[in-house]
Amino acid sequence: MKLREIQRLLQAEVVWGTEALLETNIECACSADLMSDVLAFGQPGQLLLTGLSNAQSVRTADILEAKAIVYVRGKWPDEEGLELAMVKGIPVLSTKRMMYEACGILYTHGLLGILVSDTIKKE
Amino acid sequence: MSGENVLSQSFEIIGGNFGRAGKASTTVKDILKELGIDPSIIRRTAIATYEAEMNVVMYAEKGEMTLRVTPEMVHLHLQDQGPGIPDIKLAMKEGYSTATPEMREMGFGAGMGLPNIKKNSDLFEISSEVGKGTRLEIVIYLNPKVKANP
Ligand SMILES: Nc1ncnc2c1ncn2[C@@H]1O[C@H](COP(=O)(O)OP(=O)(O)OP(=O)(O)O)[C@@H](O)[C@H]1O
Ligand SMILES: [Mg+2]
Repeated sequence: MKLREIQRLLQAEVVWGTEALLETNIECACSADLMSDVLAFGQPGQLLLTGLSNAQSVRTADILEAKAIVYVRGKWPDEEGLELAMVKGIPVLSTKRMMYEACGILYTHGLLGILVSDTIKKE
Repeated sequence: MSGENVLSQSFEIIGGNFGRAGKASTTVKDILKELGIDPSIIRRTAIATYEAEMNVVMYAEKGEMTLRVTPEMVHLHLQDQGPGIPDIKLAMKEGYSTATPEMREMGFGAGMGLPNIKKNSDLFEISSEVGKGTRLEIVIYLNPKVKANP
């Protein structure tokens, strides 16, 4: 799913991201507010949905090589986080949706979670 | 392990400084990228470094992280001055955390850091002295075959 489509579905604002970055194809997503959970279970190339809006969320996305960040509940990155996202070229969206809703919308439109698209499907 | 070092660099980590937290790890990642190291190795190193760095920021007063890259491995050494860990076995358990509510609000305290460092390392050693500090040693081999005959 293109990031642009994710933005449309979530009626999200583009906090930062170029036109080209909005064309990025996102294959899976993971949502968490604890960054170590993201680092333990996440996958490179994923979308990170989080309500944690400090710089650590961007750092975690960078460490993990996540392709984009969506902040839920209308959260907005702090200055340091935003700067880091720009330096690292990680597009950032913000949606007013709650976490559950945001994930549900994306899931029903075919964007699978990391476990489903990896472990469980192989059974 | 000694001899033909490609690179060796140390980073200072300041306890309690959440604004700066993670900078050393980001730099380590950039260095490895520049060296043309395999992306999956970079990723494992970055995760281990970041978790280790965050632990120093969260629990210790200060610490030092040294990165050494040889033709065989990425080697990380961390030593901090801090409270130390009274029960390492317990600390290594997934989900065990003494993080404060404030730390949780900042996105930490899942109790996944240490186990995840171990998971991403080929060799992992932790030792600690209560009241003094904690030391970590992490090795990630560049070539998975090397692992078989150390
Ligand atoms: N450098 C350290 N100095 C003192 N105590 C530490 C140190 N590193 C870890 N600990 C102790 O070990 C516990 C487990 O650490 P671990 O990194 O696994 O989880 P966490 O830091 O609590 O949460 P997370 O890493 O998921 O954000 C910590 O809660 C803390 O009590
Ligand atoms: Mg930790």
